[in-house]
Amino acid sequence: MQTHAAKRVEITIEAPMERTLRRALEGAEITGFTVLPVLGGSGRSGYWSRDGQVSRAGGMVQFVCIIRPERLDKLLDAAFEVVESHIGVVCVTDCQVLRAERF
Amino acid sequence: MDSIFALAAENLLSPLILFFVLGVAASFARSDLTFPEAAAKAMSIYLLFAIGFKGGVSVADHGIDVTLGLTLLAGLVLSALIPFVAFALLRVMSRLSTVDAAAVAAHYGSISIVTFVASTSALTSIGLPSDGYMVAVAAVMEAPAILSALWLVSRDGSKGSMDATLWREILLNGSIVLLVGSFLIGGITGNDGMAQIEAFIVPGFQGVLCLFLLDMGLVAGRGLRTSAKYLTPGLLSFGLLMPLVGSVIGLLAALLLGLTPGSAALLMTLSASASYIAVPAAMRVALPEANPSIYLTMSLGVTFPFNLTIGIPVYIAVAQTVIGG
Repeated sequence: MQTHAAKRVEITIEAPMERTLRRALEGAEITGFTVLPVLGGSGRSGYWSRDGQVSRAGGMVQFVCIIRPERLDKLLDAAFEVVESHIGVVCVTDCQVLRAERF
Repeated sequence: MDSIFALAAENLLSPLILFFVLGVAASFARSDLTFPEAAAKAMSIYLLFAIGFKGGVSVADHGIDVTLGLTLLAGLVLSALIPFVAFALLRVMSRLSTVDAAAVAAHYGSISIVTFVASTSALTSIGLPSDGYMVAVAAVMEAPAILSALWLVSRDGSKGSMDATLWREILLNGSIVLLVGSFLIGGITGNDGMAQIEAFIVPGFQGVLCLFLLDMGLVAGRGLRTSAKYLTPGLLSFGLLMPLVGSVIGLLAALLLGLTPGSAALLMTLSASASYIAVPAAMRVALPEANPSIYLTMSLGVTFPFNLTIGIPVYIAVAQTVIGG
């Protein structure tokens, strides 16, 4: 099976910033991504969990975006403006996709 | 004084408080008892819907008067003013940075709707009436504190973020929209509307509130367990002192407005409570440098349990003693 090189970008960011990050990505013409809820985790302040939480304040969401390598910088520039001052993680990994024209 | 102790003792043994205590105890014991996030949100939606609707019906029943408008205005002023008092106290009692102190102050200027609901429930249980429009006062007290906190930060040369996202968090967060919306619908439909949905929002209210407070106990206990390291003696003292200071400010406002003892107790409760739903989200947008572990632990881990167990009966008894009733 023929596969094609792509970049998988995972941005874990505070839930209240979801809309802002989404707009920044769309502004950079990054229109294909998935937003996942984060159930819990551990960071500098210790373990946290979404169990029983009402406010979005203590929550995180994760954007997963798979794009062609040449579009990576544009995505990272747009994302960095939003995530720079906020709690979160940006991670880029190499991946392979089957249908390159979709990315 | 005896009445304060009697009311406090009665309050401490109410199902609401005991379920909250159960939640805290279960959390400290590391029980696996948890509520899914969706269940907690569903309960909060039910409570906001019920309390908003009942408030609106009450206003429709009693009509709109000057006191309503003045109390709304007082709520706005209190919410904007209390952060300055809290900020000044924090500067004296703790070593928090300007940004952290302002973020904490914003929480204490805003309100906890669950504390308000618990206070309404305590008033109902002792048969002390309050004005339905206090729900609207609670809604208007959510936001001004955030703006005061941002001003405090900007005065120090730091910069908070005031963009459309923040305004959306402040004015259109789900709890405000639901509370105000239900209040308006209750006001429009009045007793006829109440007759149609009473079977849903009245009999189940106390039970859902008990479950919600159990969940709040679990969340508060978990927060205290993981973030106790941030609770210095100064911050702990502030978390217990500030609600009393806020309640006194609320009482003075109630006296100026000529509120009934029940409504005065609610205004005291609102002034004494600290937000842990709307303001934390706004602070993450506006002041990302502020440490959320500090303000969430303060408002949910210290002040919320204090108000629930000791504060509310004290505020009710003081309002009754000072205003009569």
